Amino acid sequence: MATNTQIPVADRRVPVIAPGHTFSTIGEKISNIVLSRPVSLGWILGFLIVFSMMNMLMMALGYLFIKGTGIWGINIPIGWGFAIVNFVWWIGIGHAGTLISAILCLLRQTWRNSINRFAEAMTLFAVACAGIFPLAHTGRPWLAYWLFPYPNTMQYWPNFRSPLVWDVFAVSTYFTISLVFWFVGLIPDFASLRDRAESTFVQRIYGLLAMGWRGSARHWHRYETAYLLLAGLATPLVLSVHTVVSFDFAVGIVPGWHTTIFPPYFVAGAIYSGFAMVLCLAIPIRRIYGLQDFITMRHLENAAKVMLATGLIVAYGYGMEAFMGWYSGSQLDSFLLWNRLHGPYRLSYMALLACNILIPQVLWLKKFRISTGWLWLISFVVLVGMWLERFIIVVVSLSRDFLTSSFGMYYPTKWDWMTFAGTIGMFLTAMWLFVRILPMISIFELRTLLPESQVHEAAEVKQ
Amino acid sequence: MSENPTYGLMAEFDSAKELLAAAHKTHEAGYQKVDAYSPFPIEGLAEAIGFHKNHVALVVLIGGLIGGISAYALQYWVAVITYPVNIGGRPFHSWPSFIIVTFELTILFAGLSAAIGMLALNGLPMPYHPVFNVPEFARASENKFFLIVFSSDSKYDAARTRSFLEGLAPRMVAEVPS
Repeated sequence: MATNTQIPVADRRVPVIAPGHTFSTIGEKISNIVLSRPVSLGWILGFLIVFSMMNMLMMALGYLFIKGTGIWGINIPIGWGFAIVNFVWWIGIGHAGTLISAILCLLRQTWRNSINRFAEAMTLFAVACAGIFPLAHTGRPWLAYWLFPYPNTMQYWPNFRSPLVWDVFAVSTYFTISLVFWFVGLIPDFASLRDRAESTFVQRIYGLLAMGWRGSARHWHRYETAYLLLAGLATPLVLSVHTVVSFDFAVGIVPGWHTTIFPPYFVAGAIYSGFAMVLCLAIPIRRIYGLQDFITMRHLENAAKVMLATGLIVAYGYGMEAFMGWYSGSQLDSFLLWNRLHGPYRLSYMALLACNILIPQVLWLKKFRISTGWLWLISFVVLVGMWLERFIIVVVSLSRDFLTSSFGMYYPTKWDWMTFAGTIGMFLTAMWLFVRILPMISIFELRTLLPESQVHEAAEVKQ
Repeated sequence: MSENPTYGLMAEFDSAKELLAAAHKTHEAGYQKVDAYSPFPIEGLAEAIGFHKNHVALVVLIGGLIGGISAYALQYWVAVITYPVNIGGRPFHSWPSFIIVTFELTILFAGLSAAIGMLALNGLPMPYHPVFNVPEFARASENKFFLIVFSSDSKYDAARTRSFLEGLAPRMVAEVPS
């Protein structure tokens, strides 16, 4: 049976998997990173650094719990500061993971199969980092459960008309569903690791996680239905999450917040920064662990193209904000525009325009899309730019809103910076552990990309 | 010891195509209680052993409906009946504001139903299963493909089923102790 002839037309580009791989080489290559690769000195040193950063977060939060939010730079008129800037930034980063795992799954973009696992992990860790900020910002985080509707002796219930309550539901649902989606995807791979593990202890651990998965045809049938439905559910969910986050702003009446363009512009910005983070992580990881066969230039180039496209949507959003500042004829809106361009935060705004609009335009050139060094650098610039965007939205709008008597400035304190850097440490610590204890590429989904796994045409030929 | 200590007969194949063809033949030969194992989902394999419809989608639909209805009912009950608060002069039953939480909880319940329902229908977690008694079965998550005829099948006969399976040109046929 000559099956080698059925290479799909679309695959004349750089392949999704380098040629020469079989079912077992895929399993071997990915699971060996977890099961048998020795822990290198570089990994330990890196871990010490990121783990120390995470401990800085613990210190900053510990001191915050003792002293209260007064240790941060927030005050009236700017009550939202770094906490909300970082919250929106981290949540946005998470969005790319769900986009890759759910939306690209529905669109049958098979190249996603080699990056969805670690993109989903990135989502989880980013949302975990994001969750810290609003909790800490409540001032009394030990009472954060008051946000949930539950019968209590105070006879009190949350106000469901408030976007901040919507946020609680959106973000907690997002985290839960992302976790479930990720775990369901991992079950067959846990079984692979269980069957490959040399030591009984490791085998037991993965065996517990695999829950007795044995790859039965009936199981796969239900599994595929459940996976597809989860993808279908996660798709509107991910779009709703940043929409709801944008409602936190758009429902308010502060100039610069009260606009209908916020939901799509936030979602596009989220995917923009998320893909930047995917590239920032994928480029070093594929190199260190020698995964160039599975995460090929095709993946990096596709991610760069998504980044370019969403970046242009974001640019349109900025343009529309500026246009409305002029076209609305509203004094407050035109002042906001003037204030962004000439006010005390003008340098941040200029840096934002450079990072998010100007510099990423080089991605139009293939030369930059296929150079890992440039791509990493541009992705980093985009991450900075997207952080600045949230800073501009939160801080500039609050600093000068309606009455000149209540204008003010915001200066982050060292505790703000420590908390922010600390969450980066927490994110990287989780990533550091993830690459060594879980298969960072989906083994079974990668196997389905090999031509040997396609039985359909062959069966028809035979009949 | 039970009456029938054998769980079934298992045949090992080298490729997905061979397994699919063998599954078709086994089903056509009249075996009903059959299962096939593969390291990745194979299109048409479940249908080949006579498994056409799973109930995951129904579970998800029910879960989603429960989530959505209970979320809206909770918000209505809180905002209109038990804790009505006038906020900016909005009506107590300000339904547009309730859509978001309703939507999120629909997704949450449906998603959890998908995962838990899939596992429950599959009978997982299952700490022990006889198929793992065959040492070669460790490759079922790697690059080998297996077909089993359960001894509970009405057509099952140790000798005849074995020779039938051997006729399918497998790598080996093994008895699975229960």
